[in-house]
Amino acid sequence: MAFQILLNFFLAFLWMFLQVSFTSTSFIIGYILGLIITFAFRRFFNSRFYMYRVFAVISLLLLFIKELILSNISVLKTILRPKLDIKPGIFALPTDLKSNWEITLLANLITLTPGTLVVDISFDNKILYIHTIDIDDVDEAVDDIKNSFEKAIMEVSR
Amino acid sequence: MTEIIRFIIGFLLIAGSFLTLVTAFGLIRLPDVYTRNHAASKSATLGVMCILLGTFLFFFLEEGHFNSRLILGIIFIFITAPVAGHLISRATYNSGVSLWEKSVRDDLKDKQKYEEKNM
Repeated sequence: MAFQILLNFFLAFLWMFLQVSFTSTSFIIGYILGLIITFAFRRFFNSRFYMYRVFAVISLLLLFIKELILSNISVLKTILRPKLDIKPGIFALPTDLKSNWEITLLANLITLTPGTLVVDISFDNKILYIHTIDIDDVDEAVDDIKNSFEKAIMEVSR
Repeated sequence: MTEIIRFIIGFLLIAGSFLTLVTAFGLIRLPDVYTRNHAASKSATLGVMCILLGTFLFFFLEEGHFNSRLILGIIFIFITAPVAGHLISRATYNSGVSLWEKSVRDDLKDKQKYEEKNM
């Protein structure tokens, strides 16, 4: 992926030298033309065309912000309810993610999800221990994390 | 147009301060460290982010001054707040603070056994 970006920058500089105009406008035009050329030659690269990954990162960021707002509304409801009827507990969540940065990202995402907070991670990085504010919907929470977050992170690292 | 902008700025500032107030209520009302951590690590994050965003928009749109430090502050808080919550609750658990007595489940007790089995 880094190689493709570097190649795209190189093509943009090549365009600037061909034009003999060293402005940001000609750089952007060259970058867009380089993007088209990289896309056309995408089958010669080992990895995917890198714009797919850029879009995956952006959609992960939007997911982050959406979850942050939803979790705030749910915490708000819990705190401001006159009677405190919560059932806290800690449950284990097995994860399929391998590398360290993916697990860090997943832990951050879970912490910002409604009613869940990562307490510990097992030594082999396979199980996350999560404290939840309402144990009743654990299965639902596990499914949610599995389906949305892990998939989104895998989409980035694939 | 400026009225809409002013409305958005005011909304962001009020929402941010309201969320921070709710965090303070949560810290008083909730029963144990872990549940308090829920309130502190979520509501405070979004509250401070809203206030900073409102400040940024005010200086950018009303005064024409683009302050990139506020943007950096928003990003840093967004990255570091969940990590801080995680570290505090982990340190609490490792130093032997028990959960609230009405807690129903504790899978973390089995961690020792799991590690011995798979070592």
